[in-house]
Amino acid sequence: MTAQMVVFWILAVTSVAGALAVVLPPFGRNPLHAAVALLITFTSLAGLMVLLSAHLVAALQVLVYAGAVMVLFTFVVMLLNLRRQDLTGYRITAWKAVGVAAMIALSVKMGIALTAGLSAFDDPATAAQVANDFGGVKAVGRDLLTTYLVPFEATSLLLLVAIVGAVIVARRRDGGAA
Amino acid sequence: MMDVPVSWYVILALILFGIGTVGVLTRRNLLVVLMSLEIMLNGVNLALLAFARHHGDAQGQAAVFIVMAVAAAEVAVGLALAIALFRHDGSVDLDRATRMKG
Repeated sequence: MTAQMVVFWILAVTSVAGALAVVLPPFGRNPLHAAVALLITFTSLAGLMVLLSAHLVAALQVLVYAGAVMVLFTFVVMLLNLRRQDLTGYRITAWKAVGVAAMIALSVKMGIALTAGLSAFDDPATAAQVANDFGGVKAVGRDLLTTYLVPFEATSLLLLVAIVGAVIVARRRDGGAA
Repeated sequence: MMDVPVSWYVILALILFGIGTVGVLTRRNLLVVLMSLEIMLNGVNLALLAFARHHGDAQGQAAVFIVMAVAAAEVAVGLALAIALFRHDGSVDLDRATRMKG
């Protein structure tokens, strides 16, 4: 058990615990509690990204997810000012039960297939040796502005459309300011 | 150095994706459904990064960058829809949101 493995296990357990707290009541019943649980998952995943030498992506995970997305969620939860009776939990219909059962079966099946197929990846010694700047701004930025230039520019257009769309959708219909 | 096997990361990614899917399928509150979607996307990102690290190729990280941008746009529009739904129906309960028009 190396130090990296210990850190991996701690972060893996906290990220899964946070995800479960979002999905399962009693924590997830109140959206604000779910948002805090989601924050735990996001920050744990940022730690795992550092373990994977994805430094730029880890920083972005904290900025975009733990920062911007979380502020957006908490802002909307507080803006909506839900009453007690609106804090609904589940409604399990037959179709949903089928969907959940299928998803669990699929996950187990994929897990079995992965453990078989991933045996080639089980030895960390087979991993590529990477330079110290792997995952830094320079390395990722070079890929984004050369190989992935078109998707990168399309992303900026997508964000613009999302901003305009969000403003239009959330605007009051009676002509008042949003 | 990489001490943790890639398979561990991929299994963790699968667990997160599964938890997120169960949340999307079973929860009624639109806000919690959106949060579950974020968990699913984060699981996918983790798998991408694990393989990017294994192959020593930063292109996987570029893909994660774009997934993050799409997820941020999705949250912005999704929460705007939640506000519009709340103004219209007085709740964000997906089982009560049965009418698309009017």
